[in-house]
Amino acid sequence: MRALDSVDFDLRAGEVHLLFGENGAGKSTLISILAGAMQPTSGTLWFRGRQISLLSVHDARELGISAVFQDFSLVPQMTVEENLFLGEEPRRGAFLDRLRSRGYAREILDELGFRIDPAARVDQLTRAEQQMVEIAKAFRSDLSVLILDEPTASLTNHETDQLFNLIDELTARGIGIVYITHRMAEIQQIGSRITVLRDGRHVDTVNAQSASEEDLVQLMTGREVGEIFPARIPQTKGETVLKIEDLTTRDESVKGVSAEMRAGEIVGLAGLVGSGKSELMQAAFGAKAIAAGRVHLFGRESTGHGPKRNIRDGFLYLPSDRRTEGLMMMRSARENVALAALDAEPFSSGPILTLGGERRAVGDLADQVNLQPRQIERTADQFSGGNQQKVMLARSLTREFRLIAFDEPTVGVDVGTRAAIYEFIVNLARHGVAIVLISSDLPEILHLSNRAYVFYRGKVQAELLGAALSEEAILANLFEREGV
Amino acid sequence: MPGKETAEGAAALVLKRMFVRLGILPFLLLAALVIFTLMSENFLTSRNLTNVLRQSVYLAIVSIGQMLALLTGGFDLSVGTILALASVAGAMTMAAVYGAMPEAIWLSIAIGCLAGVAAGTMIGVVNGVGVAFFNVSPFMMSLGMASVGFGVALYLTGGVPVYGMPIQFGDAFGFGNLLGLPAPVLVAAVLVLGLYVFLYRTPYGRHFYAVGGNRKAASLSGINTRGTLFLTYVLCAFFAAVAGMLLTARLDTGEANIGASMPLESIAACVIAGVSLRGGVGRLENVVLGALFIGLVQNGMNLARIESYLQTVVLGALLILAVVADQIRLKYVATLKA
Repeated sequence: MRALDSVDFDLRAGEVHLLFGENGAGKSTLISILAGAMQPTSGTLWFRGRQISLLSVHDARELGISAVFQDFSLVPQMTVEENLFLGEEPRRGAFLDRLRSRGYAREILDELGFRIDPAARVDQLTRAEQQMVEIAKAFRSDLSVLILDEPTASLTNHETDQLFNLIDELTARGIGIVYITHRMAEIQQIGSRITVLRDGRHVDTVNAQSASEEDLVQLMTGREVGEIFPARIPQTKGETVLKIEDLTTRDESVKGVSAEMRAGEIVGLAGLVGSGKSELMQAAFGAKAIAAGRVHLFGRESTGHGPKRNIRDGFLYLPSDRRTEGLMMMRSARENVALAALDAEPFSSGPILTLGGERRAVGDLADQVNLQPRQIERTADQFSGGNQQKVMLARSLTREFRLIAFDEPTVGVDVGTRAAIYEFIVNLARHGVAIVLISSDLPEILHLSNRAYVFYRGKVQAELLGAALSEEAILANLFEREGV
Repeated sequence: MPGKETAEGAAALVLKRMFVRLGILPFLLLAALVIFTLMSENFLTSRNLTNVLRQSVYLAIVSIGQMLALLTGGFDLSVGTILALASVAGAMTMAAVYGAMPEAIWLSIAIGCLAGVAAGTMIGVVNGVGVAFFNVSPFMMSLGMASVGFGVALYLTGGVPVYGMPIQFGDAFGFGNLLGLPAPVLVAAVLVLGLYVFLYRTPYGRHFYAVGGNRKAASLSGINTRGTLFLTYVLCAFFAAVAGMLLTARLDTGEANIGASMPLESIAACVIAGVSLRGGVGRLENVVLGALFIGLVQNGMNLARIESYLQTVVLGALLILAVVADQIRLKYVATLKA
């Protein structure tokens, strides 16, 4: 199989050319070739009217083509300036010229408008700041083409705006930008043209301003996707399954928060990264130390219970970062799905695993979440991002959970899978499961949840429900309230 | 694959697929068998192969313990020391009890074995506490304990071998046969079988793979990661200590300086068998084969009269070869997938 098959692509100076497609459509392969990280088996590359061959990332850099990939190429233990000049350190004779390197670093960061201390260690920066350093790195030489691979996946709305301002400045300077995204909203905002890829082939290149969302989805998936979001479930008055009273975590990422979740209800937790929305559920789940406050699960006090106890009681938290917290990448899908239910039927009886029962159960779940390819013995790292996410979602069906917290369930997932995941979540709620949806994606919160808590700096800024649950209301509470 | 396939190309592809599926071990085993059969006519005889089995048993037992440490993403450099400490403590206790009650032969053997295994396992308990509860890196923890244990063993004996155990101990567990099998082989078989059931038929076994595969994911799935890590080092030490007692029976003396090559050889056996140094990957049956392979190579080199100094060179080279082969395998996995 070919990852890319006879694809034509051109980039003009000063435009933002979006690459659009489902996971596995060939976007990453295309930009890897443009950045010199991979070589094509056939076809030619032209740069400013001249035929070129890019045998390495270094070749591409020489021409001013730089890529910012999703996986950062930063050394966490080094400072910002050390990272900026890694491999091209300013020198005086044989020695490092620290003064000059500090000066250069300041210059680059100031020019880009990033407020980052060049002497700060990278591992002490937020993910957004690391992203900025990564971008700044592309600027140490004269830039003509900048490739951005889902740069906003880990950014908050505010940080995204900052990035977009920067992109505007760059295009004004005549720099061409290749931009990969899964977010529809970003397309009209920054795109000039959109190239849609499907199964390694070029489907169409369209004007970003005139293309509608429906058109794009259809181009991308090759089928009609009416609505990405399923119909909202009705507000119910189910019994309270989780009650959090005045909870403060030991690291103070959550400060005195009270909240309540009911059966059959989808509760959205909105907020910036680090606002405490994830941390609240981690603390309730027992994965984060609690300093003060109480948690009641299914009517009984559960403060300080660990994940093991909570899972047995019917409460599951699915983490946001599937690579580092969710999946064992080198183990099979089967083992990954079964992980949280090894002590229960049909996965084991008494102290003995029931291997046949496990295979059958996981096979059934793979059908339910429509795992592609449906090979449960494949290792997790051999699935696409969307299917890895499905493996993790299947975990929530391995036993009778009555409360499930999904932390950023659709990060880095294509539109087709995204719709499937929403359907999955809503279905659970219809069957009376209490759902907590933690998300930085506003449309997700708006379309799915019955009720939402908005977090700001470790506190609940607002509880919104019914008609009050609107984009404006969430945005107004996402940032510091002024003059109230 | 596009286009025309020659028979040669097809054969190469089959070999490549086999290599990706099975790893380097089958190829090495085959190569070793062919080479040593050509080099010495005494090699491929049932008598000699039984010998290989008997000689590799100690390494095999240590290696299955080492595998647990590697599975959880660590390793245990103190297995050699554990062997030595078990041998010394076991022999001294046995000799003392036997000296006090010369008629209670089997009682003294039982008490001695128990003491030896307990002493060795204690090293594992300390390792486990350090790694699981104080987050000391397995490298530092087991390196430190290797020094501590070796020092204790030397201190106890003054560097002199321990004599005075009943001869029945060596007769039974060193040279004896049970059910038609050499006793150490039988003990190893029981241990391997027990560990196999534990690893692949109980949830607890899966936990070792989960902790090594992704500790955070394991913890969020309700697995007791600290407990699992603790148990890892205790079990690893237990296996090494049993190997130590079996070796003591074979040598008929308690020695503080046995097992020095065990850390390297056991890690080599695991890595050659495809256990990942990053944790989470490896099969028990392959590790047993890996240990047998190393035994086979040592035996073959002895028969071919290769000097013992050079043998260490070969062993180190094999270990590195295995790691390189694993890297190449990973690359092939990617190309075959495409």
